[in-house]
Amino acid sequence: MAVASVETSIRTGSMTRVFLYLVLILFSLFYLLPFVVMVLNSLKPLSEITGGNMMALPEVWTVEPWISAWATAQIGIEPTGLSPYFWNSIKMVVPAVAISTMLGALNGYVLTKWRFRGDTIFFGLMLFACFIPFQIVLIPMARVLGLTGLAGSTPGLVLVHVVYGLGFTTLYFRNYYMAFPTELVRAAQIDGAGFFNIFWRILLPSSGPIIVVSVIWQFTNIWNDFLFGASFADLDSQPMTVALNNLVSSSTGVKEYNVHFAGAIIAALPTLVVYIVAGRYFVRGLMAGSVKG
Amino acid sequence: MSFLKIENVTKSFGPVEVLHKVDITVEEGEFLVLVGPSGCGKSTLLNMIAGLEEISSGEIYIKDQPMGGVHPSNRNIAMVFQSYALYPNMTVAQNITFGLEMHKVPKPEREAALDKVSKILQIEQLHDRKPGQLSGGQRQRVAMGRALVRNPDVFLFDEPLSNLDAKLRVDMRTEIKKLHQNLAATIVYVTHDQIEALTLSTRIAVMNNGYVQQLGTPKEIYDTPANIFVASFIGSPSMNLIPASVRMEDGDCFAETTNSTGDVISLKFPNPGEALRAYNGKSIILGIRPEAITDPEGADRHSKNIQTVKNTAGVIEPAGSDTFVANTLGGAECVARMRADAEVHFGEIFDFAINMDKAVPFDPENENRII
Repeated sequence: MAVASVETSIRTGSMTRVFLYLVLILFSLFYLLPFVVMVLNSLKPLSEITGGNMMALPEVWTVEPWISAWATAQIGIEPTGLSPYFWNSIKMVVPAVAISTMLGALNGYVLTKWRFRGDTIFFGLMLFACFIPFQIVLIPMARVLGLTGLAGSTPGLVLVHVVYGLGFTTLYFRNYYMAFPTELVRAAQIDGAGFFNIFWRILLPSSGPIIVVSVIWQFTNIWNDFLFGASFADLDSQPMTVALNNLVSSSTGVKEYNVHFAGAIIAALPTLVVYIVAGRYFVRGLMAGSVKG
Repeated sequence: MSFLKIENVTKSFGPVEVLHKVDITVEEGEFLVLVGPSGCGKSTLLNMIAGLEEISSGEIYIKDQPMGGVHPSNRNIAMVFQSYALYPNMTVAQNITFGLEMHKVPKPEREAALDKVSKILQIEQLHDRKPGQLSGGQRQRVAMGRALVRNPDVFLFDEPLSNLDAKLRVDMRTEIKKLHQNLAATIVYVTHDQIEALTLSTRIAVMNNGYVQQLGTPKEIYDTPANIFVASFIGSPSMNLIPASVRMEDGDCFAETTNSTGDVISLKFPNPGEALRAYNGKSIILGIRPEAITDPEGADRHSKNIQTVKNTAGVIEPAGSDTFVANTLGGAECVARMRADAEVHFGEIFDFAINMDKAVPFDPENENRII
């Protein structure tokens, strides 16, 4: 890798190189700064924030704000910390991502390999889901949840996110499977594989990269969603984002900025982990695909 | 009783009919090649035999069973695709046995079948590789292994050699022929390469524009093409098509044309039929294969109807085993195939020996052969 990059890169003098790195380092510092401020302040006692400089290193390092944000902070009327809501979010995100990715893959499979009359129009209509703003579906969705008895529950939120995410996942898989050779499907048909066998044994094992794309997209969107969580969740199914809002915007008592910082980082952590872990597989998947002749 | 019977089969996409009433029967052990230019409907016909495309009208029978509505996997056929269509996520062994697994064949039997096929195709050492790690020729073998292992009634090949380089293509061609002879398998093979068609087949169906132009043995197709399309499509360089007219004299029948200097040349037909005699005074197209126009020493000694004509030698193309000499007859560009060491030079007047046993007359209007 290193050899290749040395050979293929444009030759530059060492001075230019120093300048390049300097600019790059400056920019990364600039973008990292907010996160650094969050981390530093989440590790200080509150008195240091209210009495001093936001940018300064903590004089006394403490993890107390993190423990408080996780376990004891006042969320709404209960002093539970963010932990129950964190689990609410997990219970919502995992099935919602899995189901919407799975259904998207099935849709893509049908729309490309089992074409039917009007399939392009059908796909076009599904694409609309990608352009509809969240706010527009609030009232119809509330009605549906009410009728199905899912209002105010985690399964209800899962349903909302699956329905809303289906447009995107279908788009991803449909475009990916368009390039998938139809001859493979035909060969499998002659070999005697049925609809689901072809899907499980032939298509899905070759779908790694697009599954990762779909999972990253869906996970970030659903984890970070506030509107649906705030609109359709009960106290016992509220996701992390809503709880974080409740933690930060509680109007009584002292504003515990250090706890807020810690809470915000906890709320952002899972998406960060998904990017770091899955992003690697994403690149690896792309490479594997390109090497295949 | 026929093994594979294609009866009055038509295929339309909407209002467009791409195959018109195709009738072909194939006996057990035959090697039928469907050959034609792209878009002639040969692959569509193959896919219809496989059951991958619907038949608009007509019926296909395999072993006298009508195949209408029978799923591809239940037709007891196997297909080798142009792109090989190997499952990229499975090993070679899994690729070959996937069909057996889908048909719920128990594992020990699958292993035995795999070993047997691998031995025939010499791919035992490749079992654990993925298709991505194989060369073109190896993939081709695996694709054939996948077909062989099913022990099907009919093998279908869809341009299997067109992705290989020239040398490998010739090698694999020989192997396919060997395979056919050893297994006595019934094969339907699609190609656009006329050499493949001639070398492999026991019978050829030449197709164009959705019609079967001619169905016959390679020799029939080559020596007595049914029309000008078949004549020019099969053979390389293709058959010379010379504008000429028919003249009857003392019961003998001549084709009259001109050489490069404008002199009239009369070529006597050996045994003219009634149909040809009826063209007296009318124009025809005279088809002569390049190898039937040679230097006098290289002419076929067994033919009694060699006629020598004087003509100007045009561009000379030595091709190793032969020398191709361009010339003009009846105003049309012709190619003569001579011995490699024929003494001929550009621009000289040369004696061309024309073998009239191999001449085929065509009607210039409907382009069919005059029988």
